[in-house]
Parts: sequence; structure tokens; C-alpha cells
Amino acid sequence: MAEATVETPKLDRRDFVSDQAVRWCPGCGDYAILAQAQKTFPDLGIDKEKFVFISGIGCSSRFPYYMNTYGFHTIHGRAPAIASGVKLANPELSVWVITGDGDALSIGGNHTIHLLRRNLDINVMLFNNRIYGLTKGQYSPTSELGKITKSTPLGSLDRPFNPLALALGAQAGFVARAIDRETAHLQSMIRRAHSHSGSAFIEIYQNCNIFNDGAFSPMTEKETKADKVLWLENNKPLVFGAELNKGIHLDGNVPKVVEIGDKWSTDDLLVHNETDWTIAMLLSNFTYQDEFPDPIGVFYSVDEPIYEVMLAEQIEFAKKNKGIGDMQTLLDGADNWVVE
Amino acid sequence: MIRFAGDSGDGMQLTGTRFTETTAIVGNDLSTLPDYPAEIRAPAGSLAGVSAFQLHFSSKEIHTPGDQPDVLVAMNPAALKVHLAELIPGGIIITNESAFSPKNLKLAGYESNPLEDDTLDSYEVYSIEMSRLVATACEDMDISPKTVDRTKNMFALGLLYWIYNRPLEPTINWLGVKFKKRPELIDSNIRALNAGYNYGETVEIFTTRFAVEKAPLPAGKYRNINGNFATSAGLLAASEKANIPLFYGGYPITPASDILHTLASFRHFGVKTFQAEDEIAGITSAIGASFTGSIGVTASSGPGIALKSEAIGLAVIAELPLVIINVQRGGPSTGLPTKTEQADLFQALFGRNGEAPVPVIAAQTPGDCFFTAFEACQVAIKYRTPVFMLSDGYLANGSEPWSIPNFDQLPSIKPDFFASENGVPFMPYARDEKTLARPWAIPGTPGLEHRIGGLEKEDVTGNVSYDPENHHHMTEIRAQKVANIAQDIPPTEILGGASGDLLILSWGGTYGSCRSATERLQNEGKKVSLVHLRWLNPLPKDLGEILIRFKNVLIPELNMGQLSKMIRADYLVDAQGLNHVRGRPFKSADIVSKAQKLIG
Repeated sequence: MAEATVETPKLDRRDFVSDQAVRWCPGCGDYAILAQAQKTFPDLGIDKEKFVFISGIGCSSRFPYYMNTYGFHTIHGRAPAIASGVKLANPELSVWVITGDGDALSIGGNHTIHLLRRNLDINVMLFNNRIYGLTKGQYSPTSELGKITKSTPLGSLDRPFNPLALALGAQAGFVARAIDRETAHLQSMIRRAHSHSGSAFIEIYQNCNIFNDGAFSPMTEKETKADKVLWLENNKPLVFGAELNKGIHLDGNVPKVVEIGDKWSTDDLLVHNETDWTIAMLLSNFTYQDEFPDPIGVFYSVDEPIYEVMLAEQIEFAKKNKGIGDMQTLLDGADNWVVE
Repeated sequence: MIRFAGDSGDGMQLTGTRFTETTAIVGNDLSTLPDYPAEIRAPAGSLAGVSAFQLHFSSKEIHTPGDQPDVLVAMNPAALKVHLAELIPGGIIITNESAFSPKNLKLAGYESNPLEDDTLDSYEVYSIEMSRLVATACEDMDISPKTVDRTKNMFALGLLYWIYNRPLEPTINWLGVKFKKRPELIDSNIRALNAGYNYGETVEIFTTRFAVEKAPLPAGKYRNINGNFATSAGLLAASEKANIPLFYGGYPITPASDILHTLASFRHFGVKTFQAEDEIAGITSAIGASFTGSIGVTASSGPGIALKSEAIGLAVIAELPLVIINVQRGGPSTGLPTKTEQADLFQALFGRNGEAPVPVIAAQTPGDCFFTAFEACQVAIKYRTPVFMLSDGYLANGSEPWSIPNFDQLPSIKPDFFASENGVPFMPYARDEKTLARPWAIPGTPGLEHRIGGLEKEDVTGNVSYDPENHHHMTEIRAQKVANIAQDIPPTEILGGASGDLLILSWGGTYGSCRSATERLQNEGKKVSLVHLRWLNPLPKDLGEILIRFKNVLIPELNMGQLSKMIRADYLVDAQGLNHVRGRPFKSADIVSKAQKLIG
């Protein structure tokens, strides 16, 4: 977002806290995400009245009610389309879509991919808990195959969607992943999404402690997390593990986990490059594959032409080319006649 | 009346003759006028080489080949040049785009391509690459490209058969006899004929057109205008008068797409059109724009409106200005995409979950679409509510001479964006006493940060509320707000006496036929009057007292009795319906004979 303002009055977290009681279940990962957002937004250098949060339906979509900014809690799946209208009507606004795995990938999948391909300068925060929480525990489009829930007593039959692969496939310019429990990192991802010009898509792993508790525990628990999280750093080799002794090696075009030691050194490892779509896609596919750690961080970040900027250019071009529209001339038309 | 015109080598006489034969077979009266050049073959593409064939046909008795054609088939630029002047305003032009080469344009004396500049703006143009399409249709055949190209007249003929709903068989049989010794020509010509017919079906060329009876027009400046253009211009005029941007979100659908096309050509007015990924995104993007201070508009036809229903409910509860246009076509489901109908009245009135009242206004003629669209925006902005505008395929594609309004004399519209009052907490659901409208506080305004949404809101504060009393209260408020619009509806005009034996009550695009029928009955000395409704929700305040002054009420509608049911339910009046859904407008004679049955 380029519209950094010159003189922004100093804002703090309290400016972004609304007077509404937060009603998520105690222990829900959404609290942590809300807290990080309320900590981060005051420092983005934007007037408070320019923030707009648009959500759909689901637990995460209550988020706008808790932010003391402009907000619109809309209908299921349609937040990206409503946000597009907001952004096109006033490109000066900082527009954020708050959505969940069901909202963005099931009922609203169409709007999500089309927002990303058009590349409006809108930020999408997708809270992925791999379950339907608000409707009390049916499997979601990101639930693992065979998931046993109330609606799938014998296990789900759908292969899960991979949100980041979908975003990359839809040509998103900025794709990242964060975790609710990794608060400092989550803040940095919010900042990165904000500073990116064009659509930014952040998937946030979020624990639903009621209906899908522990879905991401390998990535959040002390004992396992070093081996199950791959922290992405641009231009750095892909290293992980408690001893930083493991890495990702590319054998032809097949990624492999290797141990750094006698046989392999960090020189043999794949170096992350945020502008390389192929690497981003390859990393996105680690999800749901047990032998790989889950990459967290910025997968992909490139600047692409921005829809609302091109629209404004078209309007200027048309005004220059045809002259600023005159209503009476339009009504008169090219062919008219007078009846005496 | 159709005129076929092309190079003398294009087979226009033959095409005309075949159409004539088929037309005779389906039982129309007809009269023809061949018009070919003296030279057997003047230079190809030249003005002197244009050959034409005119056919006038009708279900009524006719005596002349006619003066001005309704449809001009122009196979090259020269044919267009020679015959365009005689085409009726708003008529259909079918051209072979492939023939509009720089060389042919020069031969015809065109400096720029009339298909690309504004020469044909006031006509409905179907510019088709016939040469390429017939080549594709015949690509697996072992015949010369030149022979294939000569079948393009059959393509044009096939297209006309689609437009006029004519059978292909007589021509196919004729081709079989004519080219008995050259089966490959039978095959190629039939392929071209079918390709043209299928083209009409695929691109959904609208086949029912608005008919205007010739009448002396009052003094003034006139132009020709069709309904979809008038709708687009009305929306733009309202946005200009309100001094707020026009945002249009939509998805292509017959017969509403021309509104999208027209508005897209208004970029120099600052109009933002957004061709969305689906109907839902069309309306929801418009809602987002309305939230942000534009006048959001979406247009569609029945099936698309069905998809928008949930979002319309959101606009109702969020109390945001929005205009939803339904250019009605035959239903249900995909139904009859290119035929007209008025069967979406109930959809507009009731097609949502919960108690979700939406004002509904309907256009009565193509030119009236301008004023209807303007008024829909006016009310949407004043009352902070979605408004339905009903048009139909007949109005949208039909055109009429239109008395051009003076833009300066149209009423101004005040968006009245709310501004912060320092220190006073903002109440997003506080209300204007007279209209019950809530404040329009747009993102970017300091001090008015607030949240809206689809969950029920507490009156005044706008906080989420599950309180039963509040929900009941808010439901009543939303209904009352829509009912209050009746205070802006002028007294109902009655065409004829204020009381009598029969009141014909009509709405929407049937106005012309109902008016003609009323006048005929009045000329016969019958005590018949006409009331044409512009607002369907709310209904005019004086309608009830008018209805009871007539012994009979007849409601002709192109549906199975939707307004009739409303009138019977709301006013306990024994209204009779005249109901057709045959994809075409009423004939005045149908209405006259039904009226005569009622009152003798």
C-alpha cells in the first residue's frame, strides 16, 4: 500500500479495540490473531478511518466487530467481492478481508481466486482451523482426508484444498503463512502484507480448541515444532530442526529432506527466493505431507499490475480521449430531430 | 420488413427468394421488391454493384413492399452505404464483418470503418465474420475456399430464419433439388444455413421488438432510444445529479448485458463498471461500493436475480442504497432467454428470506426506462434502501422516439453523507424522522468508524442484537421505511373517467397494448379507464379508492396473475386477470375482447 501518510497522529492498540465484548470460545486461536492485529495496525502509518475490515460468515468473520474501524460483516463467502467494491469505490482505503477456510475456500472459493487474479490491493487474512466451528464441527475443505466429524462419521471423502497452492495458482502476487501462536512472526506477516502493493494472501494456522483441537500442534508444541516448521527467509538456504541440521535439497525437481553433516552441507540446500513461483509452489505442497516440515513465512512476493490503478488510468485516458463526459450531449445523441 | 443487400455476386436475390418462399409457407401475407444493378457484374465491392431484395411480410393484409426496412442485411460496406439511410431508426443491421476490408471500405467511400465508429450507434448491429464461420463449418470438406465463401448468403438466411422463427426444411429441400448433381454444394450450403441459425440461438439475438404506433408527437427535440440505453443513461444522470460516482457490478446475461456494455462506454464520465466472476459478486461488489459512498448498481435477468437474493437481503438489513435491475425474460430457470415476460414481479417483491421489503418500480416504455432508473436511484439514496427496477426484454431491446429531457431541469439528488459531530458518539442506526433513513457514513470519514452487517442490529446504536423486542421493532421500521416512499408518489393518473364500468390496471411493458386497448374501447363509447402502475411497492396511496369506483377491474399481465393476486389480497377487489406467457407482448385486440366479455 503506497498511501503512507505524512502526519499520522500517534495511534495505539486501544484505538483499534471496539466496545463490543469478544465472543469467541475461551482458548480460541482467534484471540491471539485479534491481539496481534490490534498491536500491529496502529503502527502501519495509516489514519484509523482509512481501515476497512470486510468479513463473510464463520467464527473468524466476527473479527470486524471487535476492531474499532470501519467494518462490514457480510454474507457467507462474499467478502472478497464486497471488498472489491469498497476498494474500487475508494482506492485510498486500506481494505482487509477476514475469512476462514470454509468461507474463503468452499462457499466463497470463486470470489477468492478471482480477487487474487485481478490483483486488487486488498489483504486477505484466512484463518485456517481445518474445521467448521460456527456450525459446530463439520469437516471443512482443508480437513485432512478421512476426517471423522459429525457429518462424516466414517471419515471425509474429500481431498483437502491446499490454500497456498490455490492462491499461487490463482496468480496471487503475495502469498504467506503464519501461525496464531507465533505472535511476533504473525505481526511481521501482517506488516509485509500491508506493504505489498496488490492482493496479499496470508493463511494463518488457527487452533479451534473445541472442534479440532491440536490440528497444528506438531507446529506449535515445543517438543516437535523445530522439526515440523520450516521458517522461510528470503535468499537463505532452507534449514530446519532443533540443531538446524536438516534442510531441503532439490534432487532434479523432487524436494528431499536431508541431514546436514558428512554427506550434505548447507551449500546443497535449496535457497529460498520469494520471487520464484516454482519454489513457492513446491513449498506449498509440503503441507499435508508428513515427511516434510510445514513452511511458514513469505512464500512468494512479486509486484503485478494492480486492477484499481489500471481502472483509474482507463478513466483518465477516456476523459482525455473523449473529453470529460457531458450529460446533455449524451442525452441528445448523435441523431436527433425537432418536431415543431 | 427485411432488405437483403450485397454484392451482386453475394446471392442476395436467391436469399430473398428463399426467405419469401418460406414466409409464404408459414402463411404470412407478403410483398417483395427485387432491386438489382443493371450491370450483371459491376466491379465487386463497388456502390454500383449492390444488389438488393426487399420483403414486407405481416400477419395482417399488406399491399406494398413497404418504405423503410426493419432489418438490413448488408453483406459488404457498399451495401450498407447504399441502404442505411432507409433503415428505420433503431433497426437491425446484419453485416458480414469479413467483407469490411480497407479495400471494400474505400470502394464504398467510407473514410473510417462504420462498424467501429459511431455511424451505427442508433441501430442494433450484428456484425458477424460470416466468411470465417462458414469456412469453419465446412473445414473438413474437400471443396475450394471460394466455393465455401459463396455459402455465406445461406448463413445470413439461417440467421434470419432464427430471428423470425422460420423452418429450415423448405430451404434444405430446395437446396437438395437445385444442387442434385453436386452433393458437396448441398452439404456446404446446409452447413452454412445451420451455422447461421445456430449463431442466432447461441448469441441470443432478441426477437421480440417494441412496436410503436405512429402518432403525431408533441413539439420538442427527439431521438431514438432503446430501453437498455435509456436505463444506463438514467443511472448515469442520477449519479451526476447526486454528484457521487456510479459503480456497476454485473455478469453478462441476456437481455441485460447491454446495460453493462453501455455503462462501460461511459468511462469518460468516471463510471466504474466491474464485470464480476458471477452474479453474486456483481451485486456484492455493488454493495461494497455503496457502503463506500458510490451509487451501487447491478442488473441481470431472472436466473441471475435468483442468485443475488441473499445479497439483496444484506442490503435490506444494512440499509444501504442500491439499485437492482431485472430485465425480465421468460422463465423459470433458463426458460426463454430471448423472449419477454413479466413473471418476476413476485421474485422482486418476495424473493428473499425473512421479512425483507424492497421498493419496486417498473418501466413502461423504452424511453421511460430513463426516468425509472433515475427515480430508482433517487429513492435508493433518499431512503437508504435497495430498490428493484423491473424492465423486460421487450422494453430493453425495443426503441421509440424519445423527447429528450433537459438535464438541468431534472431534480437534484442529495446524498447527505454524514459528517462527524465532534464529541458526539456516532449512532449508525439513528433515523431521519420523516423518511426513517439511517445516516450514510462512508469509510474514510474520521470519527464515524462503525460496523454493519447481516446480523440484526440494535436500533440507534447498530450493535449486534439478538433481543426479540428489538428484532420485531426493526422489522417494523424496515417495512415502514419502504411504506413511507408512498409519500413521494404523485396522485395516480387515470386515463379516462374517474369511475366507470371497467378499470384496466397495468404495469411495466404492457403499457402500450393496454393503452391502445383502452382508447379503442373508449372510442366504442365504453366507460373504460386505464391506470398504469409505476410503483409496485409501495402501491400508490390513492389506488384503493380508485379501484372501488369501477364495477370491474381487469389486470392484463404477461404472467399467470401476480399483480392480480396482490390487488385481490390488498384491496379485496374481485380483479380479473388476462394472462399470457407466450414470450411476446399482448395484442391490443386480446385485451379489447377480454374487456368486452367482462362488460358486454
